[in-house]
Amino acid sequence: MYFPISGAYISPIYLVVVGFLIGILGGFFGVGGSFIAGPALRIVGLDWNFAVGTDLAHIVGKSVVAAKRHRALGNVDLKLGCVMAFGTIGGAEVGAQLIQMFKRAGNVNFVVSSVSVVIYVFISAFMLWEARSTLRQRPGSGTRTGTRSKKDESAFRHIAQSIHRLHLPPMISLPVSGVKKISLWVILLVAFVGGCFSGFLGGGAGYIRMPSMVYVLGIPTHLAVGTDLFEIVISASYGTFTHAIKGNVDILIALVMHTGAAIGAQIGAIATQYFAGPKIRLAFVPLPLIGAAIVIYTLLSGHKI
Amino acid sequence: MKKEARKTLWAFGLEMVIYSVLVVAYFLLVLRFVAHSLYGLEQRHIVLYGVVAIALIVGQAVLLEIITTGLLRFLRGRSE
Repeated sequence: MYFPISGAYISPIYLVVVGFLIGILGGFFGVGGSFIAGPALRIVGLDWNFAVGTDLAHIVGKSVVAAKRHRALGNVDLKLGCVMAFGTIGGAEVGAQLIQMFKRAGNVNFVVSSVSVVIYVFISAFMLWEARSTLRQRPGSGTRTGTRSKKDESAFRHIAQSIHRLHLPPMISLPVSGVKKISLWVILLVAFVGGCFSGFLGGGAGYIRMPSMVYVLGIPTHLAVGTDLFEIVISASYGTFTHAIKGNVDILIALVMHTGAAIGAQIGAIATQYFAGPKIRLAFVPLPLIGAAIVIYTLLSGHKI
Repeated sequence: MKKEARKTLWAFGLEMVIYSVLVVAYFLLVLRFVAHSLYGLEQRHIVLYGVVAIALIVGQAVLLEIITTGLLRFLRGRSE
């Protein structure tokens, strides 16, 4: 199928299948799946600037569905999500401007590919190490039995506790997430960094924001998943708009991908009810590595499949 | 328990078939018609294109959510 906006020929079946898989990932892990979507679009010949902008558009639609599901399950901290949206929007604009800078310089594909490989590998390694440490500390804590529970553990709890003690006014409370007091600036900084990654590498940057919410802000994993999705709806909408006016969005590709994602997101959201925090994080580990492998392939071969 | 699992799988399989038919119809009817209009909009009114892009993806998300939820309810209702 020909997509006139980006000038690309891509099979719609391929886009639906990629969307479906990303939908499951989004619903289950609370991440936009850009570490798969970006490389998946890149490997069929789309330039990185189009892959980033189009992925953001597709993520808006997917996150609307997934966030609605998580809200119904009580997994969204609205106050935290609204505060984070401000920081993310600022970061997303910085990321989008960086893309423009490298696009003008003519090396956007090389720079974004290189950065994404480093980030994806680092995230996988860190999540593997942390989830295994947590499971070792509490043997048998990884599965959930009986009724739904918010029980969650992290080997980095002490870091979050130190950050909660940091007195940098204004301080706010997040009763839904069980945080009595935390500096507003810490939340905004975490959101801003996530926004930079979102604007630069595409997607909602849940791969960096979701772990940051758990380890730095001390938010329980299930709430981090739902709140991240809610916040992505706002920030990815802004990211889509700013990339669209820079000529980086093929909305037709995003619409086709989203048809698969709509059903995948429902399956993923339901699946979170059967696993506890560390097991979810452990299952997340290989996913960014798959994206990194695809990016390395396109970087080394210089050809699409 | 096994019988229940079979029913759920059957409902899911049927949902996928119905959903696939809807998606193919969507490709043929909608995307073919809107592709050139959107391309023209992107070339001439880029800001408006940005707004329409967000409206389209959110609109599609809401519509598909209603369809999938309705399908799930209908199929589960029939399998019980």
